[in-house]
Amino acid sequence: MRVFGFLTVYWRDMLRYFRFRTQLFSSLLQPALWLAFFGIAMAANFDRIMMGDTGALPGVPSVGYFTFMAAGVIAMNVLFTNLFGGFILLFDKNWGLMREMLASPMPRRDIIFGLCLSGVTKSSFQATVIIVIGLLLGVAFFVGKTAVEVAGSLVGIFAFIAVFAIGFLSLSTAIALVTESPEGFQGVTTLLTMPVFFASNALYPTDAFPEALQWLVAVNPLTYLVTGIRHFAIGDHFTAIGVEYLTTTGDIALAFGALLVFAVVTFALAWRTVERAVIT
Amino acid sequence: MDDAIIRVDGLRHRYGDFAAVDGISFTIGRGEIFSFLGPNGAGKSTAINVLTTLLRIQEGTVKIAGHDLASDPQAVREDIGIVFQEDTLDRDLTVAETLEFHGRLYGLPRAERAARIAELLELVELTGWAKVRTKRLSGGMKRRLEIARGLMTRPVVLFLDEPTIGLDPQTRLRMWDYLQAVNREGTTIFLTTHYMDEADRLSDRVAIIDHGKIIAEGTPLSLKNALGEDIIMLCTGDDRAAEAVIRGMEGITGVKKDPAGLTLLVAGDGTHVLPVVMHRLEEEGITVISVNLKKPSMDDVFVHFTGRKLRDNSAGEGH
Repeated sequence: MRVFGFLTVYWRDMLRYFRFRTQLFSSLLQPALWLAFFGIAMAANFDRIMMGDTGALPGVPSVGYFTFMAAGVIAMNVLFTNLFGGFILLFDKNWGLMREMLASPMPRRDIIFGLCLSGVTKSSFQATVIIVIGLLLGVAFFVGKTAVEVAGSLVGIFAFIAVFAIGFLSLSTAIALVTESPEGFQGVTTLLTMPVFFASNALYPTDAFPEALQWLVAVNPLTYLVTGIRHFAIGDHFTAIGVEYLTTTGDIALAFGALLVFAVVTFALAWRTVERAVIT
Repeated sequence: MDDAIIRVDGLRHRYGDFAAVDGISFTIGRGEIFSFLGPNGAGKSTAINVLTTLLRIQEGTVKIAGHDLASDPQAVREDIGIVFQEDTLDRDLTVAETLEFHGRLYGLPRAERAARIAELLELVELTGWAKVRTKRLSGGMKRRLEIARGLMTRPVVLFLDEPTIGLDPQTRLRMWDYLQAVNREGTTIFLTTHYMDEADRLSDRVAIIDHGKIIAEGTPLSLKNALGEDIIMLCTGDDRAAEAVIRGMEGITGVKKDPAGLTLLVAGDGTHVLPVVMHRLEEEGITVISVNLKKPSMDDVFVHFTGRKLRDNSAGEGH
């Protein structure tokens, strides 16, 4: 009976998610606007810089910047959704249901489980919407793939998204449980946003980064998510803005493994934090 | 079978060096309404937070509904309902969803949840508000919803931390009615309050708590009787002389002098003692400026046991 306590937490978070229409709508519109404005503008710039030279290699498919960054926009959306997704616990802690949950017979880890499940659901839903809008705007995903292959690619993409979402949502709940105020939470998460988002391959190739930044890129979970999405959405071998991308099955397994480790570590951290939380 | 539903022995809780609860023991019988009466900061909330498992027990033993608090907090949680001091509602969920969430949290089956929600909304007169978000409710309605929530799982004991804090007098009276109705159905009620009238009117038994210790315990009536039956308050031209005259008079069990005048504790019916007192003072040539006769209140009880007045400020503090 108590095994499914996390479904209660999930149910309530979903109620809230679909209740605030404006928030829901804007969270879906924002990535579309990134694609439409940043994507199209930057694509034009890259075309000018490359002066028509796409850096294409013979026999290797070449994709435009727009398609390249679309994977990054999906990843960015998943990052933001989950990095801020723990905020509800801060809200509950200060003004809401936290005490009720902690005093109930439900195991505390179910609070984290439930919110993770909700983070995965929101992320998958939003990613689906972005993919659809992207395809409509001309993003060249799944080119030359059969329906079965597309389905397989989607499974891969959503598996990456799910693990990544659990990782950042857990981190976010841990932060929410130890910070006192919305401002504190906002401060810490915003501070994390910058390096995670910009020291990654989401919007541009990272090959030309200085060495210190390269290190940051290599330990950045966002890099692995973007790599995974590109592998499944674009292909295992392609060129974009003059850079060759080649990912073997081993690379992808490694990337997925890295995300799994990240998720397990942050989940353990969140679990420990919630077990120790004292709210009176 | 043990008739006590709560048995607390030597409970102590420290924050650092400060003992917020300093070695209290008491028992609560099945079906009782029991109050902790004390000023803010007396240790009431700390005690209730330990009893409801929100704070880990540090010292002492507690048994609630037959479960040991230290070794089996999970079983305790299953058997209690809690109404917290502050609002703990999600303002964006509706009244019905709030109860639904609680029912799911405790693993109540779907059919039972629906039945309980309908029944409890009826009890606290919120049926018409079921689909309204809690942020639209008044303070009194929120409290009623929280009481309904505390009752969702048919708890053996319902804990309420300052249940009527910040409510207007009319709403408080209705809240007491609800609690008495709930109690009549068999729920044991433990509440903390710093309102004298609440402890007096609502409780079967009261424990007066101050500086983390229980300093008096009994039925409201027995506590008041401990003071003597009636109280005469006198203000005279010469309180010191008056005190000397009155002390030792028949029927007077105690005299207290303070800047405001004299307080006489009367063993029997004050209406018969008062004329005698007035007559004696007149004989001694002591002028009486004012006189007041009253039955003792919980206020007097509190002053008697703690030596000070209970500040009746409504701002709740954490401990």
